[in-house]
Amino acid sequence: MKKSVFFGALTVAGLTAGAAAAATLDDVKARGQLNCGVTTGLVGFAAPDANGNWEGFDVGVCRAVAAAVLGDASAVEFVPTTGKTRFTALASGEVDMLARNTTWTFSRDVDLKFEFTGINYYDGQGFMVPKALGVSSAKELDGATVCIQTGTTTELNLADYFRSNNISYEPVPIETNSEAQPLYLEGACDVYTTDASGLAATRAAFENPGDHVILPEIISKEPLGPLVRHGDNNWGDVVRWTLNALVAAEELGVTSANIDELANGTNNPEVNRLLGTEGTLGEMLGLDSDWAMRAIKAGGNYGELFEKNIGENTPIGLARGLNAQWTDGGLLYSPPFR
Amino acid sequence: MATYSDPPAESFRLSQLISDTRYRSYTFQFVALIALFALVGYLLSNLAQNLAEAGLNISYAFLREPAGYDINQSLIDYNSQSTHLRAAVVGVLNTLLVAVLGCAMATVIGVVVGVLRLSPNWLIRKLMAVYVEIFRNVPVLIWILIIMAIFTAVLPQPRDFRGDNAEASMLWDMFAFTGRGFYSPKPLFGPGSAVVVAVFFASIAGIFAYRRYVKKKLFDEGKLLPMFWPSVGLLFIPAIVAFFVMGRPITMEYPELGGFNFRGGIFARNSLISLWFALSIYTAAFIAENVRAGILAISRGQTEAAASLGLRPNRIMSLVILPQALRVVIPPVISQYLNLTKNSSLAIAVGYMDLTGTLGGITLNQTGRAIECVLLLMLFYLTISLAISTIMNAYNNAMKLKER
Repeated sequence: MKKSVFFGALTVAGLTAGAAAAATLDDVKARGQLNCGVTTGLVGFAAPDANGNWEGFDVGVCRAVAAAVLGDASAVEFVPTTGKTRFTALASGEVDMLARNTTWTFSRDVDLKFEFTGINYYDGQGFMVPKALGVSSAKELDGATVCIQTGTTTELNLADYFRSNNISYEPVPIETNSEAQPLYLEGACDVYTTDASGLAATRAAFENPGDHVILPEIISKEPLGPLVRHGDNNWGDVVRWTLNALVAAEELGVTSANIDELANGTNNPEVNRLLGTEGTLGEMLGLDSDWAMRAIKAGGNYGELFEKNIGENTPIGLARGLNAQWTDGGLLYSPPFR
Repeated sequence: MATYSDPPAESFRLSQLISDTRYRSYTFQFVALIALFALVGYLLSNLAQNLAEAGLNISYAFLREPAGYDINQSLIDYNSQSTHLRAAVVGVLNTLLVAVLGCAMATVIGVVVGVLRLSPNWLIRKLMAVYVEIFRNVPVLIWILIIMAIFTAVLPQPRDFRGDNAEASMLWDMFAFTGRGFYSPKPLFGPGSAVVVAVFFASIAGIFAYRRYVKKKLFDEGKLLPMFWPSVGLLFIPAIVAFFVMGRPITMEYPELGGFNFRGGIFARNSLISLWFALSIYTAAFIAENVRAGILAISRGQTEAAASLGLRPNRIMSLVILPQALRVVIPPVISQYLNLTKNSSLAIAVGYMDLTGTLGGITLNQTGRAIECVLLLMLFYLTISLAISTIMNAYNNAMKLKER
């Protein structure tokens, strides 16, 4: 019995490892559908609406890639993943890409053999507490019970932050965001910590969002972005430049409203190259010349996606902040389309 | 057939491996063994090749690196700078803690329920049947989640204890039952407390000696000396006397509301309690059925014979039926203990950091060493399961009918 268990596990491990290496772009085209790993549900970033259609900021990236590759923004199979299952899902080939507010870190990039194709949200870890506690700074949290999602960078940041400030805490590990909410609301933990964007999204889903405050401290850098498997550079390029196209479109003033007009040709050569009326950029990627146009049309450019899903006019109400274009003092900076 | 009493020794021919029934089965077994090894070898080489292609290698070097995360409940010293190995050990101890607590409680509940299921009292019998059927037929994960949810929702949170007219208050100013767990006083052992503890253990030994003496007296002289009250007296009086003689070296640290939580005292977290409770009542339902089967396996004549000797029902059960039933009950109960231990890996559902939560959860995630971690996990559960069955089998052998 000892042996059979051991070998059985090896079989499983061997089979999953086998599925990984192949030309993902061809697979996606042949399948006619993009498998995209998203969160199990974080309003504003990726969550199904009342009709079961996924929508959100990360979902927008998936749809843009599907539109670029397949010409159909709805040809996406959304695979909900938890913080723990996401990397296995990607490494085993269950999903083609992961757009699941995942922090770009050295070890994930280098050791786990993934390729981050850019950053679609510059975030940082924050704390949310009930207003009634009267806490105004994270430094006052000595002895607090803190709910954290396991398998994320947040629990490492948390340990570092409390250790360097020499204050104690009681961690309560939770599997998913939706499990954390009732525990936090019932008072089983005093504090909920995750990326500041996630906190805003979580708070927006509460019955009384006003009863909770997000503390001013941001204790880490969390560059969130889509990622693909290491080793399939062509597919990585497709995802990377689709994201860049969304960012560049905003910078160049290309929106889903005026894109048809601009596609007839403009005086700006970069817009022409982006939209495929000039040059052969699409061909180089292994796609047709309209790829970026379809990607932008799918949900609008970066700014439109942001405003629609998580911007200041949505319940989540995030300001652009670091995520503004570099021309507006933010960090968004797409390499040139040339 | 006297003529062939000693047949001539034939030389061995290769074809005999197939045609001769004496060797045929060995041939097939050998071929099957070779095929098995070939299959395993293929799988291993496939694994190695795929890992190499993905640029990964099997390495346990990560176990010596700092873990970087905190664990709320640890029985040994641990902080975020400790190694992944130490985090895994913390997980192992937490698994063992809940497994031992769970097995003990499940046994007690299981035996009581199993006996009561055969009670002549209709109401009790039916109630126990309902308990067994409900708990046996709902997955244990659901029980864990339900108990945790009730726990956090029903019990007051520490903040409810605050203020002048607080919604909740502590029991005798010693115990606090909150949605985050139970707080109870913690003994602090000052100088000289070793004597008190030694006296306490000596009196426990004394109780056993006394019981043996009582038994001997009963068997030799037929005199039944009182057992219960002298035992209780032996347990408490010497220790209490020693406590005052040594100048009260053991003091209590009471939990007090401070900051966000209670501080001080012993803190049993909601995750531990709900996991422990859920595993216990779930497994107890199975053990109750095993106990019932064991009791029913003892022929009714035993009960009647004991009754005709003038034994009362309670004594019939404890002196005649249960000792015999134990032989039937122990083997299936071993497998229930194994189940409980393995089910404890559902702990992450309530955030209890057992081995699956530390090594198989956070460590696996932060290092990405999935195969290494899962192999270690398997090795641990295998070892612990085999250890439990070895111990229980030894106990079973000790309890077995001694045939002479």
